[in-house]
Amino acid sequence: MTGATPSASSGLYSDVIRDRWRRPRHRGELPGANAVAEDVNPLCGDRVRMMLAVAPEGRITEARFLGDSCAICTASADVVADLVSGRSRGEAAALDVSDVLAVLQAEIRPTRMRCATLPLSVLAQALDGSAKP
Amino acid sequence: MRLDELTRSDFPILQRIVNGRPLVYFDSGASSQKPRAVLEAMNRYYERSHANVHRSIHTLGEEATELYELARDAVQRFIGAPSREEVVFTRGTTDGLGLIAETIGRTLRRGDEIVVTELEHHSNLIPWQLVARDRGAVLKAIPIREDGTLDLDAFDRLLTPRTRVVAFAHVSNVVGTINPVIEIVRRARAVNALTVVDGAQAAPHLRLDMSALECDFYVFSAHKMLGPTGIGVLYGRRAVLESLEPGRGGSEMIKEVWIDRAQWNDLPWRFEPGTPPIAEAVGLTAAIEYLEKLGMDRISEHERALTRQTQEGLARIPGVTVYGPPANVERGAVVSFAVEGLHPHDVAALLDEEGIAVRAGHHCAMPLMRRLGVVGTSRATFSVFNSPDEVSLLLTTVAGLRSAL
Ligand SMILES: Cc1ncc(COP(=O)(O)O)c(C=O)c1O
Repeated sequence: MTGATPSASSGLYSDVIRDRWRRPRHRGELPGANAVAEDVNPLCGDRVRMMLAVAPEGRITEARFLGDSCAICTASADVVADLVSGRSRGEAAALDVSDVLAVLQAEIRPTRMRCATLPLSVLAQALDGSAKP
Repeated sequence: MRLDELTRSDFPILQRIVNGRPLVYFDSGASSQKPRAVLEAMNRYYERSHANVHRSIHTLGEEATELYELARDAVQRFIGAPSREEVVFTRGTTDGLGLIAETIGRTLRRGDEIVVTELEHHSNLIPWQLVARDRGAVLKAIPIREDGTLDLDAFDRLLTPRTRVVAFAHVSNVVGTINPVIEIVRRARAVNALTVVDGAQAAPHLRLDMSALECDFYVFSAHKMLGPTGIGVLYGRRAVLESLEPGRGGSEMIKEVWIDRAQWNDLPWRFEPGTPPIAEAVGLTAAIEYLEKLGMDRISEHERALTRQTQEGLARIPGVTVYGPPANVERGAVVSFAVEGLHPHDVAALLDEEGIAVRAGHHCAMPLMRRLGVVGTSRATFSVFNSPDEVSLLLTTVAGLRSAL
């Protein structure tokens, strides 16, 4: 048998996912955050924390995340942070997984869908303030 | 002839092409594949003999009952149980551990103590948490050392006159540690504690002998040992089983019933309420006969060689960490590893692109993950049909992974 190396053109991970996994734009602490939530994916133990700085009139001025997570989940969290920055709470809450997938440009298999959706559910928890920080 | 050469053609699923490559199945620890003999035995049963057991006074009912009870004899022989009454059929390891936790649980009093270990599968942890909460009992865990083995000195310090149960895995499903059952049972017995062994990862790979292990309970699943899903075994020492009230009620487990009370059936049926998994029992018999024909010692030897090849090969790849006991210590057919800079899920997904099936994640052992300081691992597990060539393919593929994402 010949040893096969998964090539960089592997169909599983889009260039967007690779890029955001290697160099996430919004990863890190957000000291002034006033809407924060953290959750885990019970299937794999992935953990994501979303931190939002929300201005008094309800606009999200900045969003950052921290995660112990796979490439899909990390890229998704990074995209979510991108998409909510500058939006109102209501607009952010209306964000759908299809919006995230459109940016990721990837065919996510059913078994990995939770990896893509975890950051969105953490976002929802941060926005409705029900989660403990 | 090597065992894989002897057995490969018995497993129809190994013909599968996955993502354009021949399937390399390294996930038998989660659930093994089935040889044709098992599939055919179950089909034959459904096509010729199916009826309900025990209650049907007609030819098919008698055949079904006989086949079901023959499975008990096969299991008794396979695990070296002193008598067939000690073999109780369940739906699987989780079901068996839950059943025994509930049953023992009813006898616990406030302040009684249950000892588990840090490397348990959630199936051998959560039922005890529930019982401890209900009964006001105290749950303690034997810590593990850096190399994934149990700290038995710490175990000694955990044992007290209030220790009622010691529940532990025979073989870790994550790091492969083979725990010293005889030694743990001896120390538990010294304080009159019952012992419950989770044998899910041992039954497919090691020769078992209940009379040598001397534990009170031993639990495993058929589907990890080439048999079907939906059936498992709870072995219980007769004296202990006899002393316990049944944990669950229904048909089959009673002799006589009144509105307000019932008289329990004899062992082992006392612990088997309802219609049992009959076809699955037939499949389990076929799986046991298949394993016995190959020989458990030969199986252990084959899988140990694959495990060692994997462990040593992975350890030589820069950026790869292998967890668990060092290669010179015997372990189960399990190797957990991490690739620097890659999440275990991505490792599994990238390997799947090459047709290689490994498991990734916390492996239902979150406290152990926390102890190892990781969110998860990638895990290769082995069975009779795996070959050294397949391991070589895994090794070269893993070596190329760091540049893949
Ligand atoms: C050590 C161990 N215990 C328990 C289980 C649970 O087995 P099952 O899912 O068949 O009930 C498993 C398998 O997942 C295991 O590896």
